[in-house]
Amino acid sequence: MTSSAAPANDAAQQRPNRDVIISARDLVVGFGDQTIVKGLNLDVYRGEVLGVVGGSGQGKSVLTRAILGLTPTRGGSVRVFGQDRDALEPLERRALEQRWGVLFQNGALFSGLTVKQNIQMPMRETRDLSQRLMDELALLKLELVGLNSDAADKFPSELSGGMVKRAALARALALDPELVFLDEPTSGLDPIGAAEFDALIGTLQQTLGLTVFMVTHDLDSLYSVCDRVAALAEGRVIAAGPLETLLASDHPWLKAYFHGVRGSRLTAARVEQKDEQWKPAPTTP
Amino acid sequence: MTVAAMQRPPKVARQPSAEGVRLALSGDWTLFASRRLEEEGSRIVEEARLDRMVAIDLSQVSQLDTAGAGLINRARHDLARRDVAVTLEDVRPEYSTLLEETHYRAFAAPSRPRFNVIFVLLADFGESIADALHEFYRGVGFLGEFVSSMMYVAANPRRFRLTSLVAQIELVGFRSVPIIVLINILVGGIVAQQGIFQLLKFGASSYTVSLIGILVLRELGVLLTSIMIAGRSGSAITAELGSMKMREEIDALLVMGLSPFEVLIAPRVLGLVISLPILTFLADMAALFGGMLVAWWYGGISPVAFASLLKDAIALHTFLVGIIKAPFMALVIGLIASMDGLATQGSAESLGRQVTSSVVKSIFMVIVMDGLFAVFFAAVDY
Repeated sequence: MTSSAAPANDAAQQRPNRDVIISARDLVVGFGDQTIVKGLNLDVYRGEVLGVVGGSGQGKSVLTRAILGLTPTRGGSVRVFGQDRDALEPLERRALEQRWGVLFQNGALFSGLTVKQNIQMPMRETRDLSQRLMDELALLKLELVGLNSDAADKFPSELSGGMVKRAALARALALDPELVFLDEPTSGLDPIGAAEFDALIGTLQQTLGLTVFMVTHDLDSLYSVCDRVAALAEGRVIAAGPLETLLASDHPWLKAYFHGVRGSRLTAARVEQKDEQWKPAPTTP
Repeated sequence: MTVAAMQRPPKVARQPSAEGVRLALSGDWTLFASRRLEEEGSRIVEEARLDRMVAIDLSQVSQLDTAGAGLINRARHDLARRDVAVTLEDVRPEYSTLLEETHYRAFAAPSRPRFNVIFVLLADFGESIADALHEFYRGVGFLGEFVSSMMYVAANPRRFRLTSLVAQIELVGFRSVPIIVLINILVGGIVAQQGIFQLLKFGASSYTVSLIGILVLRELGVLLTSIMIAGRSGSAITAELGSMKMREEIDALLVMGLSPFEVLIAPRVLGLVISLPILTFLADMAALFGGMLVAWWYGGISPVAFASLLKDAIALHTFLVGIIKAPFMALVIGLIASMDGLATQGSAESLGRQVTSSVVKSIFMVIVMDGLFAVFFAAVDY
């Protein structure tokens, strides 16, 4: 998609004076005698779509869970919205958690509630709103994520995989968060559905001014919606920056990832498309 | 940016102007303001509904989200219906996309069909009876399938899975011994205590021994064991087969040309059929032992006296009545557990429902069977 190349480049150029929304410093996370994330540093800037890639078992999900506070960290710090979660009082932490939305890999919709009730759950629990407004907002969110209002009164078990993801995204957006975490949003979708979902993320990001932290395996998503990409290997960020930087990198894993059989087919197609816009990107931090 | 700094309550200020009225919106028009946001949203309509032309000025709005934009759009829609001309002024570019995306949609509450309560109750009742009959029909079919696969195995003994059977006997039989012995010692003791305590009023406390002997051997031993096994092993079988069904393992067997009856169900049901009589025997012994201890300590009946009274009270058939029932109970538990396991649908809730239903049905059927046996043995005078 040619439109995404431009923001990618100015994201890189404006980086020094942009607002940092998540910053992880020397983060260490592990289970038992296994250390999975080993001294990781990562910044996410306001208004960008960051794609996080990495081989299976390299700590993508663990990193996400550590940032969300679902997995305890062993060292280092994570600051979200400039605040250190661990240092916050419970009430402040709750307020912080209302400023982000999370789309889990399998949706994690509450199976006992309808789609509409799922979306209204965060509103009902944290805000004082009339039922009419909540109904209107739920329908609005459903429409934003491209679901029909028929889906509102269905239960998650009655939805297809793609619809579950969309409904879960609508729930993640219920409180109009500033930051959205997406865990493999396109996994399990067919190529058409995945492309639609990528486009949806791009549109929502522009309309709502979201910052998106997206864990993905989908090379297409990286090309079409991500402003920056962070690659994880051996428990660290081995490279972060606009996709072009990563494509030009000499790191063996990155070469295998982007220039392997599947990667190179896509790379060839994409690079041709946006040749005129391509310029040497700055080196990674 | 802290949470406190974000709170600038949304406000509507009316400013009369040359062409009509001008409403200046200010503050954070976000969901954070909750009820306040909603009230301000409806104030837009209240302030302007009697005018001909309204200009809504958004220049002072510091934050806008979908809820705020949705409410502004709702107000615009309501005013337009009252023939008030509305214009938006000083809309920042990022707000205009948001306002466009959140244009007002008529919201129709889905009408729920209403039914008479009595009608619904009757329908539920009828449905559950039809379901029960259907279930019974399915159970008979399942039994038939089990028997035919057992015949097949009997004709081809090499197809029989001995390892699997032994594993099941260990799981169902051997590992249940401690808990079954324990509860039966306790129940034997309780029956003895009650017997002595109640019969003492008639000076007939030595009849306690006949009471324990007959009650335990004919009924309690087998009943308690079956109920325990239905709860302990029946539920395990349902959960195991159910999760195999959920993960398409059963389908994998079928496409390999293997029968789930032969591979999975036969060893489990046979394991139960072999284990339950043995467990019943142990349960009988444990209950008699518990009864003897209580009779000795509480009723002053020495073990020697207990043994001789017991010998007079019971005969071999008293013991056999209990043991004969055990394999039938095992068959019922095993078949219900397997059938419910295979009826699991794709979701985890369905698995939970099937396990519950398997245990409830097995215990119910065990008690019904026990009743049928009581009638049968009375009829044949055994």
